[in-house]
Amino acid sequence: MIKTDAVIVGAGPTGLFCAHQLGIIGLKCEIVDNLDKIGGQCIELYPDKPIYDIPAVPECTGEELTNNLIEQIKSFKFNFHLNDRVQELKNENDKWIVKTSNGKEFETPNVIIAGGVGSFEPRKFPTKSAEKYDGKSVLYSIRDKSIFKDKSVVIFGGGDSALDWAIELSKTSKITLVHRRDEFRGAPASVQKVKELSESKVINLMTRYSIKDVKGNGSLESVEVKSETGESKVINADYVLGFFGLIMQLGPIAEWGLNLDKKTIPVNTENFETNKKGIFAIGDICTYPGKLKLILSGFHEGALAARGCFKYARPNEKYRFEFTTSSSTIKDRLGVKEND
Amino acid sequence: MAKIKYIEFNGKEHEADVANGLSVMEGAIQNDIPGIDGDCGGGMSCATCHVYINDDEWYKKLPEKEMGEDDMLDQAYEPKSNSRLSCQLIVSDDLDGLKVHMPEKQA
Ligand SMILES: Cc1cc2nc3c(=O)[nH]c(=O)nc-3n(C[C@H](O)[C@H](O)[C@H](O)COP(=O)(O)OP(=O)(O)OC[C@H]3O[C@@H](n4cnc5c(N)ncnc54)[C@H](O)[C@@H]3O)c2cc1C
Ligand code: FES
Repeated sequence: MIKTDAVIVGAGPTGLFCAHQLGIIGLKCEIVDNLDKIGGQCIELYPDKPIYDIPAVPECTGEELTNNLIEQIKSFKFNFHLNDRVQELKNENDKWIVKTSNGKEFETPNVIIAGGVGSFEPRKFPTKSAEKYDGKSVLYSIRDKSIFKDKSVVIFGGGDSALDWAIELSKTSKITLVHRRDEFRGAPASVQKVKELSESKVINLMTRYSIKDVKGNGSLESVEVKSETGESKVINADYVLGFFGLIMQLGPIAEWGLNLDKKTIPVNTENFETNKKGIFAIGDICTYPGKLKLILSGFHEGALAARGCFKYARPNEKYRFEFTTSSSTIKDRLGVKEND
Repeated sequence: MAKIKYIEFNGKEHEADVANGLSVMEGAIQNDIPGIDGDCGGGMSCATCHVYINDDEWYKKLPEKEMGEDDMLDQAYEPKSNSRLSCQLIVSDDLDGLKVHMPEKQA
């Protein structure tokens, strides 16, 4: 059991800056994210795209923003628990017991939900029959490519993941690449390469088709695809891979007994506490009149939520307002040397 | 202003008067019409505002897709050639009478 002043659910920009705000007021926190990297949407959806509306930063990419936010909290040495999802919140003696899907447990007076629109999950095939094989022969990500050696693999999708894996696996497997239209959204060089491999009959390229059914008797045998005009074809397959990007699922957050408004959590704008004492929600996941789903709003929300945590974490102390420019306590916490 | 008809996958119809300048997605959200999520708020980054334009005449009449819309539609639930992202359809008097069909689900 890890004891801490606050657990932050979500390592997106909002969770990261909130950690900074906790750090400068002298609180400790642990940060959990189910992705394998820090940065939330900025790193997962648009690492290379420039952002133009971060105050005082005229331009920076999603990745640069993330790296700077990580740099800004480095001195606090907070722990990140990646590849782990916060699954369960339980109240025990006025403390929250937080459990993750990997079995970690935290005890804390404060939980800060900075979960964006929930956790990212791969979009799956719409066909019910594919569920039976999910994780076995119907896959949405690749851990070990050696399992495909000398097998028939049908890949669906038109982005970089689909193209890159089609190219890579075509070296050792029989590949069919299926996409719903003729244009691909992957990098031009990969598109070109796939077209060449299709012309030389290394890859069987099928455009304007989508999945209709997967078939098998215990183990997967084939996949049926359909065109919009109703024509269908059956392709032998040992594995079916789908790369349709990520969708966001509220996931376990919906089961914590919090008031929900569609997929968001209503909060008060004084300290961003939810209907449950000691549970705060900030960033894209919270809602209140006038809410803007912007990074800058998340920063402000995190600053107030951090102050909100103080009274539960240090019930016998009084929070004192201080500037980072002048407070020697804050400078100590940040590990910076005083110049004057 | 335009009257927009939103038709759920199960056939249930909803009609809403949507002000010019709003998107068809916003029209659904503001009128509590189920079937369109609009998770990213219209930023063309979630594909949870996906609709079908079943009437071919209407499909042709709509402004053409901008760059990126088809890429996002690749990631939608069961996209077809008459799919659109409703956050990219901006309401004007010209859209009066538009019917959009919602997919079985968004996410
Ligand atoms: C293409 C695109 C462009 C954008 N451009 C801009 C822009 O120019 N300016 C701007 O201000 N904003 C922009 N945004 C919006 C901005 O990215 C979001 O407002 C911001 O990322 C929200 O931050 P967040 O920390 O609240 O949530 P997120 O960034 O969504 O992070 C939430 C994290 O929580 C994790 N999580 C969720 N549930 C759990 C759980 N149960 N357990 C563990 N982890 C969990 C998720 O995996 C995720 O990593 C853009 C968004 C997109 C998609
Ligand atoms: S609302 Fe997200 S793409 Fe339309």
